Amino acid sequence: MFKLMPGSDPGPLVTIDVDGRALKVRTGVSLALALMEVDIVPLRRTPVSGAPRSPLCLMGVCFECLCEVDGRRNVQSCMIEVADGMRVRLATGARHLEAVK
Amino acid sequence: MTHDLIIIGAGPAGMAAALTAAKLGLKTVLLDEQPRPGGQIYRNVATVAPEVGRILGPDYLHGRTLAAPLADAGVDLHFATTVWDIAPDLTVSALSGGRSFQLRAPQLIAATGALERASPIPGWTLPGVLNAGAAQIALKSGGSIPSGKILLAGGGPLLLLVACQLLDAGAEIAGIVETSPASNRRTALTHLANALRAPKLLAKGFGMMWRLRRAGVPWFAAAQDLAVEGQDRVEALSFTSADRRHRLAADIVLLHHGVVPNTQIARLLRVDHDWNDAQLAWAPRLDPFGETSLPGFRIAGDGGAIAGALAAEAGGEIAAIGAAQALGRISSEECTRLAAAPNHALRSQLRIRPFLDALYRPPDGIVAPSGDTIVCRCEEVTAREIADMVKLGCLGPNQTKFFSRCGMGPCQGRICGLGVTSILARELGTTPETVGAYRIRAPLKPVPLAAIGQLDPAKMESSK
Repeated sequence: MFKLMPGSDPGPLVTIDVDGRALKVRTGVSLALALMEVDIVPLRRTPVSGAPRSPLCLMGVCFECLCEVDGRRNVQSCMIEVADGMRVRLATGARHLEAVK
Repeated sequence: MTHDLIIIGAGPAGMAAALTAAKLGLKTVLLDEQPRPGGQIYRNVATVAPEVGRILGPDYLHGRTLAAPLADAGVDLHFATTVWDIAPDLTVSALSGGRSFQLRAPQLIAATGALERASPIPGWTLPGVLNAGAAQIALKSGGSIPSGKILLAGGGPLLLLVACQLLDAGAEIAGIVETSPASNRRTALTHLANALRAPKLLAKGFGMMWRLRRAGVPWFAAAQDLAVEGQDRVEALSFTSADRRHRLAADIVLLHHGVVPNTQIARLLRVDHDWNDAQLAWAPRLDPFGETSLPGFRIAGDGGAIAGALAAEAGGEIAAIGAAQALGRISSEECTRLAAAPNHALRSQLRIRPFLDALYRPPDGIVAPSGDTIVCRCEEVTAREIADMVKLGCLGPNQTKFFSRCGMGPCQGRICGLGVTSILARELGTTPETVGAYRIRAPLKPVPLAAIGQLDPAKMESSK
C-alpha cells in the first residue's frame, strides 16, 4: 500500500514476526508504516462488525492501527518504531471468552 | 514542584516555547509522544534524508532552526513519552518505556497542535483511504509514498501541498477532487484585501496550483456526493462534478478538509471553549499570552486556533514569556517588550487566515454528514443513527454514548467529536455551543493498568 520513493536507499532491514510470518522491513519507520510497506492489508478487523481497517492518520489520532506488540494489546503501531524481532499479532475482531471447564 | 514550566508537544509552538523559557531562566521540561522533536509539521526534520528534505522544501527545513538548538538549551527533554493525565493542579502523569512518572509545575503549556478534520463519506473506513496528512507523514518519516493510483479529495492548502510533494516524490496522482463549494469563492473575495498583504503565502498557493495543472493532473471542482467504493480495500471514488457523475479507479484515496485544534487536554481540564464558526471547530478561550480559564494553564499554536507553523512558533514564544511573567521572573514592562516581535510575526501570519478559512470552508455534508455514512468509526455509528437519537430525546454528545456507544471507542471521540456535535446541532436546530462537546477523561491514551498502579502516591511529586 506504501513503498519507498524511487531512487531512495531503504537502509538496513530487520525481521519482525507478524502472526507467525517472518517479514523483512525497513528500520527507522513506524510499525504501522512498515506493515503497509509490506502490504499487510487490512491491518485489523473491527471488534464491532469484523470490518477491514487500515491506518487513517498515522499520527496517533484514529486508533485504526491498533495491534498486539510483544504481548501488549491495543498498541498504536503508528506511534512506535520497528525493532528487530518484534512480535506482532493483528486484531481479527472481537475477543472471545473461553468457556470455563 | 519539579519544574517552573511543563510543555507538552515538541512541534513549532512547543519547541519555541521551550527555547524562550530556557533563555528566560525557567526550569523547563518538554514532553512529546514521538521519538524526535518536530511535531507533525516538522516531523523528523533533524534526521530527514537529503532527497526527502529537498521535496519537502525550505518551509519544512525551517524546523531545524528550532529542533537543532533544543538539545543544548538546558531543557529537560522527554521524547517517546505519552501524557495520559493532567490533574486540575497541573500535575502531569506520563508514560515512558512502560513506566509512569509525574511532573508538576506552576505553569503548563499545551502545544498539542492540530489534527485533520474527519472527512466522513460513504466508504471512508475502507483500507486505502487515509488522511492527506498521513501521506505527508509517511514521506517525512521514511521517504515512503502510497503505491498505485492516488486520488486526493477535499480542500485546503495541505491537499495541494501533499499533491505537489507526492508528484515530486514520484507518486502516481490520478486526480484532484475539490469539494469546496463554488459559493466559497464569493465569501473569500471579501477577505482578499487582507490576504493580498500576505503576498508570499498567496504566491505559494498559486504556485502549487500551477505545478499540478502543468503536470496534467485531472482536476474536478465543487465535487459533491463523494463515495469510496471497494470490497476489502479501495477500488474507486465516485462523485458528481459539473452535473456529471464520475467514477475514477484508485488504489489510494487521500481525504482532507482542513485541520482543527486538538483540544483533548483543554477538554480534560474543563477550560472554557468557544465555537469558532469561521473554522467550524472548538477554540479554547485564551488571553493574549495563551492563558486559558484555568490559571497557569496555557495553550500555544494550532491547539488554540488554526494559524499555521510560523504563527505557532510566535505563539509558543508569547506563551513562554507570559509564563515567565506569571512566575515573577520578568516585569510586566519587560513582558510587553519581549512579546512585541512575536506578536508582530503572529499578526502577519493571521492576515491570510480569514481568506483561507472562507475559500476552503468544508461543505455542510462533511461537517455534519447524514444518511448511512459512518461517523463514529470505532463503534461504527452512522449519521442517521445519531440523528435518530435526537428523536428519542438525546440533547448532547455525552448522551449519544449512552444511546449507542458513539464516541466511546479507542479514539475517545477525536475523530467523530466535531461531527457528532454538528449533527446534533443541526437536528436540534440549535448552536454547537448549546449542544456542547464530549467530556474527556483520563487516561488520554491507553495505558497498561500496571503503569497506573505503579505510581506511588507517597512518592508523588505533587504531594511534596
